[in-house]
Amino acid sequence: MNKNNNYQWIGKSWTKVDGLAKAKGETVYADDLFLPRMLYAKMLRSPHPHARIKSIDISKALKRSGVVAAMTGKDLPIPFGILPVSQDEETLCVDKVRMIGDPVAAVAAIDEETAEAALEDIVVEYEILPSILTIEDGLKPLSERPVREESGLPAPDVPAAEAQIHEYADSGNIHKQVALEFGDTETGFAEADHIREELFYYEGNTHLPMEEHSAVAQHGADGRVTLWSSTQTPHYVHRALAKVLEMPASQIRVIATPVGGGFGGKTDPFQHEMVVCKLAMMTGRPVKLTLTREEVFYTHRGRHPVLMFVKAGMKSDGSITALHFRNFLDGGAYGSYGVASTFYTGALQTVTYPIANYKFEAMRVFTNKAPCGPKRGHGTPQPRFALEVLLDKFAEDLNLDPAELRLRHLMPDNSKTINHLTVTTNGLGECIRKVTESSGFQKRRTESTLGKGIGLGCGSYLSGAGLPIYWNKMPHSGVQIKIDRGGGVTIFCGSTDIGQGSNSVLAGIVAEELGIGIEQVIVVTADTDLTPVDLGSYSSRVTLMIGNATLAAVRPLREQILSATAEVLKIPAEKLTLRRGQVVSKNGSVEPVSFVDAVQWAETKFGTLGSVGSYTPPRRGGKFKGAGVGPSPNYSYSACVAEVTCDPESGLYSVDKLWLAHDIGQAINEKLVIGQVEGGAYMGLSEATMEAQVYRAGKDNPAGLHKTPSMLDYKSLTALDMPEVETILIETHDPEGPYGAKEAGQGPLLPIMPAIANAINNAVGVRVDEVPITPEKIFQGLQNLKKGKSGRIGPKKFPKITFPEALKVEPPEDNSVL
Amino acid sequence: MKQLLTLNINGESHEVWTATHKTLLEVLREDLHLIGTKHGCELGECGACSVLIDGAPVLACLILPVEVQNCEIQTIEGLAENGVPHPLQTAFAEQGASQCGYCSPGMLMTAKAFLDKKSNPEAQEIRQALSGNLCRCTGYSKIVEAVEQASKQTTEIQ
Repeated sequence: MNKNNNYQWIGKSWTKVDGLAKAKGETVYADDLFLPRMLYAKMLRSPHPHARIKSIDISKALKRSGVVAAMTGKDLPIPFGILPVSQDEETLCVDKVRMIGDPVAAVAAIDEETAEAALEDIVVEYEILPSILTIEDGLKPLSERPVREESGLPAPDVPAAEAQIHEYADSGNIHKQVALEFGDTETGFAEADHIREELFYYEGNTHLPMEEHSAVAQHGADGRVTLWSSTQTPHYVHRALAKVLEMPASQIRVIATPVGGGFGGKTDPFQHEMVVCKLAMMTGRPVKLTLTREEVFYTHRGRHPVLMFVKAGMKSDGSITALHFRNFLDGGAYGSYGVASTFYTGALQTVTYPIANYKFEAMRVFTNKAPCGPKRGHGTPQPRFALEVLLDKFAEDLNLDPAELRLRHLMPDNSKTINHLTVTTNGLGECIRKVTESSGFQKRRTESTLGKGIGLGCGSYLSGAGLPIYWNKMPHSGVQIKIDRGGGVTIFCGSTDIGQGSNSVLAGIVAEELGIGIEQVIVVTADTDLTPVDLGSYSSRVTLMIGNATLAAVRPLREQILSATAEVLKIPAEKLTLRRGQVVSKNGSVEPVSFVDAVQWAETKFGTLGSVGSYTPPRRGGKFKGAGVGPSPNYSYSACVAEVTCDPESGLYSVDKLWLAHDIGQAINEKLVIGQVEGGAYMGLSEATMEAQVYRAGKDNPAGLHKTPSMLDYKSLTALDMPEVETILIETHDPEGPYGAKEAGQGPLLPIMPAIANAINNAVGVRVDEVPITPEKIFQGLQNLKKGKSGRIGPKKFPKITFPEALKVEPPEDNSVL
Repeated sequence: MKQLLTLNINGESHEVWTATHKTLLEVLREDLHLIGTKHGCELGECGACSVLIDGAPVLACLILPVEVQNCEIQTIEGLAENGVPHPLQTAFAEQGASQCGYCSPGMLMTAKAFLDKKSNPEAQEIRQALSGNLCRCTGYSKIVEAVEQASKQTTEIQ
């Protein structure tokens, strides 16, 4: 390990560049913008889960005093969507609505209240269509479409095709089907000493960012449109706007305002962003649209509900000879990132422990509910939960310590997985050793105190997707730097700070390389007019990619400054370095020179001081169809031990403590990394124990109505519920990351859910093969145990579906060493 | 119906001609452009709009301004004095208690009211005091640590 302890900033804890502004309430979020003559927009939303739009009449709304403009889908009919393969969203629905909450019309008025009142003036005629609400219904061929008499839904003479949510689906309402086989699982199972077949279910849940989505648009006299939006991906919004508005991208400016919580929920281009732009163009006035909390629940893009079948074969030594995952994802009404999500439910099972043969099949179905998409961990928490609980069960079978079982079989450094992913460094072993030692796992696991339990879970996540969302070979991250004669250094980057501290990463790296204070670095980000493209804050890509781009940009400037100073001082440049705001000689032979003087000498010698840098991830995934999801420059690893106290009568439980170790490669700012780990632990624990985005079935309420669209009813952990988290950072100094860094935003969430499930089993002998793990389910398991039955709670049925024949992929030529 | 209201906010008297049914949150943000106070639900569920009325934390989205005309209203903009951050604000910045920062103003005002009444609180008491303010980023640990830090500083000042 080449740990460099001489860094001025890297690896240290310093205050975030925007920390005090946020604490003073000075940070300006999108809804905080008030522009002169600004109008307020509202969208009328569908009360039906699936219906054809027969007519929309906005004429009465336009006559209302205070209303300035109104629009329908016909005013902006070009569809859009985040993935090129699923351009299935409309600004406002034209022919049909596919979920409760789908917008059909929008109004701009002098204030929000008038806009809201005007929505009631709009008359929409709907023709109800059959609705699909479950995975099972979504998998059925259209000829067997469900008819829900209790919800007053369709007459039996409605043509079968009416039950199809999108015509472009692979088949019926099956949006996407995937079948891949790496190696030969049949042979693998034949070689196994132990085989397990299990079913798991992971309920959907949502991001619940504190800030509701908001967008403001302005149409200037120069004809250009400016959009301020709380988005994690201004570049993709820019592209989508150009398409939908039918304008050159050069005539559109997108500014991502500081994002008040994203977690993946603000990563798509959204309808309200299109609406404000169009209304601004129609009225010549700025227009704002801020979603209500209820609308945020319907905008969603959260965790997919996933039903999983897992078959695994293991030798007596614990090595995995074959693994077969078959997943069904409930996608909701639109594509969003769903095709990627589907692949992600199969991609990263292989990067922790070697899997000799692997088969992955999945289907994502469309349902008439809010669209699912990427939430922190994107498609990975569900199969990771299944895999880690499964390993716990195998450890019981083999009478092995669960930590020992994992430690015996870790993906080695510089190796390729069976599905052609490259593992550069793997800190999982160290993570497991640290959390088990700190928690006394081995001893406490075997203590048989009923109601006290301890459990282990592990996980791994990518530090950025290896491929962009739309096909191109351009860089994923770009940076420009200019240095002012006064010594101020400005860095321009398209990255978007969503609270994770990416602006501080930019400042820290520039400050480190130029030997200056953090406060000397001015950070300009997320503005398509000013900043080079960075693809956005998703897939945990930001620190690694902007970090490498920043290094590429700042190092030539550093050389220029040293070279000019060397010339003036008449000593070789290699004897100089930049340190604490000065140029100093390494051996102290000359007096230090101030950074400002050195910068001015450099400008004298080289002209205006500016540079650019960019980063493109290495291309080293497999060559098969579907190989685009999973590759990453490097992978982070995490291990968690959870301690629980569970009442063996009622199933009520508390999580007493979490020990969470994370392989960060190298922390850029240690305190911010710990903050990400703690935040991931919180979000993981909240969804492990209580969060669920669920809908009414249609008996007394319209089918597809969100059950809990408020922050009170949608349960999440409060300060009182959150246990102590002992965070341990492991540094593996990965060759791909800036200074050796890996991601921290998503990985630490992954081991939490299985650690809780395994701890509950250790405490009371009940296996909850479902998330969330609620006291009701544990109670049911306890009741079953009392009756002498299995204490397992989880799905018992699995749809019988024929998958397409799996695409056979040969293992990498040498799957142990690069 | 509109009405002329006199509101004492952060030690300044404001006369506002506004609709009577608007909430204090709306009047603060939309009429007075005191945008430091945030909204996360406007239903009294998330705590993001917490302000102090005569020193006590209340949810501005559930208050009509007409009810608080004779009260001292304090918002996040009034927490720093003469540009000098309150120890809580410094502590939030130093501890990394704000990630996205959206819950911070409400969290800080609630913490301020709590520390004004309670010196050297236990961590569990801080958690209890802040349990009506949701945060989705931090897992609350850094927030509790920041309040502890500020508590020590204010005690030292006294």
